[in-house]
Amino acid sequence: MKACFSGASTITAISISLAAMATPLGLPPVPIPADNPQSPEKIKLGDKLFHDTRFSSTGQVSCATCHDAKKTFTDSPLPVSRGINKLKGTRNAPTVINAAYFHRLFWDGREPSLEEQSKDPMINPVEMGLPNHEPVLKLVRTDPEYVQAFKTVFGKSGEQLTMEEVKKAIASFERTIVAGNSPFDHYYFGGDKNAMTAAQIRGFKVFMDQGRCVSCHTVEQDQALFTDNRFHNIGIGINQMQKDVPRLAGEFLKAKMQGGDVDKAVLGNPKTSNLGRFAVTDTLDDMGSFKTPTLRNIAMTAPYMHDGSLKTLKEVVVHYNNGGVTRKGDRVNDFLSGGIRPLNLSERQISDLVAFMGH
Amino acid sequence: MNKSINRRDFLKGAGVLAAASALPVSMVELVFADTTQNFSFAYISDAHLQQIKGTKFVNNWDRGLIRAVAETNLLTPKPDFILFGGDLAQLGKKAELDHGAEILSALRGNKVYHVMGEHDYYLDLGQYWETLFGPQYYSFDHKGVHFVVLNSILTYDDWTYKRWPTAEQRMLEMADLDNPNGSPFMVGDKQREWLKQDLAKISKTTPIVVVSHSPLQKIYKNWNFWTDDAEQVQALLRPFNKVTVLYGHVHQIQYNQIGNISFNSVMSTAWPWPYPSTYAQAEQYLPKLTVPMNRADPFFERDATGWQFINMANGNVDMRYNLFSNTSRTVAFNTKTGEPEDTVFQSPDKRIPPQTQY
Repeated sequence: MKACFSGASTITAISISLAAMATPLGLPPVPIPADNPQSPEKIKLGDKLFHDTRFSSTGQVSCATCHDAKKTFTDSPLPVSRGINKLKGTRNAPTVINAAYFHRLFWDGREPSLEEQSKDPMINPVEMGLPNHEPVLKLVRTDPEYVQAFKTVFGKSGEQLTMEEVKKAIASFERTIVAGNSPFDHYYFGGDKNAMTAAQIRGFKVFMDQGRCVSCHTVEQDQALFTDNRFHNIGIGINQMQKDVPRLAGEFLKAKMQGGDVDKAVLGNPKTSNLGRFAVTDTLDDMGSFKTPTLRNIAMTAPYMHDGSLKTLKEVVVHYNNGGVTRKGDRVNDFLSGGIRPLNLSERQISDLVAFMGH
Repeated sequence: MNKSINRRDFLKGAGVLAAASALPVSMVELVFADTTQNFSFAYISDAHLQQIKGTKFVNNWDRGLIRAVAETNLLTPKPDFILFGGDLAQLGKKAELDHGAEILSALRGNKVYHVMGEHDYYLDLGQYWETLFGPQYYSFDHKGVHFVVLNSILTYDDWTYKRWPTAEQRMLEMADLDNPNGSPFMVGDKQREWLKQDLAKISKTTPIVVVSHSPLQKIYKNWNFWTDDAEQVQALLRPFNKVTVLYGHVHQIQYNQIGNISFNSVMSTAWPWPYPSTYAQAEQYLPKLTVPMNRADPFFERDATGWQFINMANGNVDMRYNLFSNTSRTVAFNTKTGEPEDTVFQSPDKRIPPQTQY
C-alpha cells in the first residue's frame, strides 16, 4: 500500500485485502469493533455496496459519488457535496481515509461509528434521497450477487437480512482505507532525515510550536492521526451569521424538541449547518464547533473546512494566523474555541507550513 | 420544579435555552407557588481582564468574558437582572475596568449589579470602579427576595493605608498568593453596622441572598479564601429562616452549610484554581461537604470554568454546575439533613476518580 501525507503521492493504489490491514508506519492499529470483525469477503461486499448507485432515488448517486477514490475519497473541488438531481448540501465531503480512527462520524459527530454513519446519506433528501431504507433492503435481498454475498459473509438472507448487515459491510470496507507511511512518517517515526525537504522540516517545526497546529491535529510519540477527535469553533461559518445565532439556536432547539431531524436540518440549511455540534448536543459549549479533520493527504482534498469555504491550504493557515477570522480585522466570533488566537507567523513560516502539509 | 429534574424535561417545562447549555454564567431561577413571581438572574464572575500594554489585553481572559456575555444574551427567557461577581480587572487599572465595562455593555437589556473584587479595588481603593458601577455595598429587593451585595475584600486600615509606598505595590501584594505580606479580607465594622441596619427592616421569613466576592467563611488563609470577620457577618444572618451566600473568588466548586446559611461558590470565566487541599504546607479548612471537581486540560482554556443553574424553589439553593469538558454536577440542598449535598458524588466511595491523562 502506498499512502502518504505528501501531496506528491497518492493513496489510490489501496489493495482491498487483509494484507492491506498491516499497520502502515505512523498509524496505530485500525480499531475493529468486536461485533464486526474484518474478513476479505465482507470487505469486498462493502466495496460493492459503497459503489452501488441503486441506493439512491435517482439511481445515480452512491457513497462513492461524494467519496471518490480518484479524488482521495472526496468530491474535490466541490465546496459542498452534490446529491441527487445535483441538489447541494451544506458540507464539504470529508475523506474516508483514516475515518476508521474517528471516534465520532460526520463533521458534527452526530453518529458514533462508521456503521451508524453509513445509513444516513441514503435517506437524506439532498444526498441519496430515499424515503426510507426499504428500497435498500429490497435490493440486497433480491439481487443474486448480494444474496450470495450476504449469505457467505453473514449467513443471512431474506427477512433475516437487515440494515445491520448492510451497515457492517460498508463500515468494514471503509476500515481498509487508511493512509500512513508518508515522507513525514519516514522522517519522524522512521528516522530518515532526508524524507522531507528543508522547507517541510521548517514547516513541521512551525506546526509543533508557534503555529499551535499540533494542539488539535495531534502527533504522538509513535503515531500521528493528526486529529484530537474533538470539536472546535475555529471561526468558520458562524463568523458570517453571528447576529442570527440567538434566533437560529432558539428556533432549532424548538424544532428539535418537536421531533425535527438533525441530519435533515443541518444538510438542508447552511445557517443551521453552521451551528455545528451544538445541533447535536444542544450544548452552547459546542456552538459553531466542528470535528478536527485528519491532515493526512490534506493537499489532495481542497477546498477546506466544513463548508468548503477556504480554497487553499494557504488560506487555511492565514485564517488561523489571523486568530480565527479569514479576513484580518473582521470580528472574532464570541464562541471561538479557547485555543484559537493570532499566531504572528511570518510569510516564510506560512509557506513552510503549507509545504509541510504537502505542496 | 424539583431538584431531580432532567434537562429535557426542564426544556419542555420552561423553554430555557440556557438550561441545555454550558455557560460560564450562572442562571438563577426562583420558583414560587404563585408562578407570576418566578424570576431568574444570570451570574458572571471573576473575569480578571489584564492589560498587557495600550489596547492589548490577555486574550484568554477576554475570550472567557466575551463568551459569557454572548451566552447570557442567549438566555430565554431573559434574566431579570445580571450579577457580576467581582474581579473584573486583574490589577485594578482604569484601562482594565473600562475594557471590562465595554465587554459587559454588550449584555442586552436589564440591569447589571456589580460586586467589588480585590483585583478591582486595591489600586485606587475602588474610586474608579464606583464611577463606573456605583456603590461598593447595597441591597435591593426583587420579587420577594432580599438581595444584599457586600464588599467583603476590605482589610485592616494599617495594611491598606500605611504599609505601602505606592498604590501599585499595594495592588500587587494583594494579588499575590502565599504572600507573607498579604492580609486577610473582611467586611469591616462600618459595613457590618450598615448590614445590621439594612436587615432590621426585613421579615425573618423573607429569603435572603447575600452576594460577596470572598467566601464569608474561613477556608484557606494563604490564598485569601478567607473572610476574617466571617463569624460576625454570619451572626447577623442567623435570625433569618433561609439564607444563601453566593461568592466568587475561588474559581472552583465549593459548598457548605453553617447553621442556617448555605454557601455556594460560582465559577470563574478566566481560569480554575487548584483546591487548597492539594497544597499541604499550610492548614486549610475546605468545607467537608465539598467534593472537589476534576482538574482542567490546560489547552482548553474554558475547561474547568463553567456556569451554574440555580434553583431556589424552597428558598434554599440547588446548584447545577455545567462544566466545560467536565462532568456536570448538582449540589442540592437536602431538606432532611439541612445541608447542601452533591447528588452524585457525596458519599466517599462515589468520589470522582482523577481525570485520565492523554
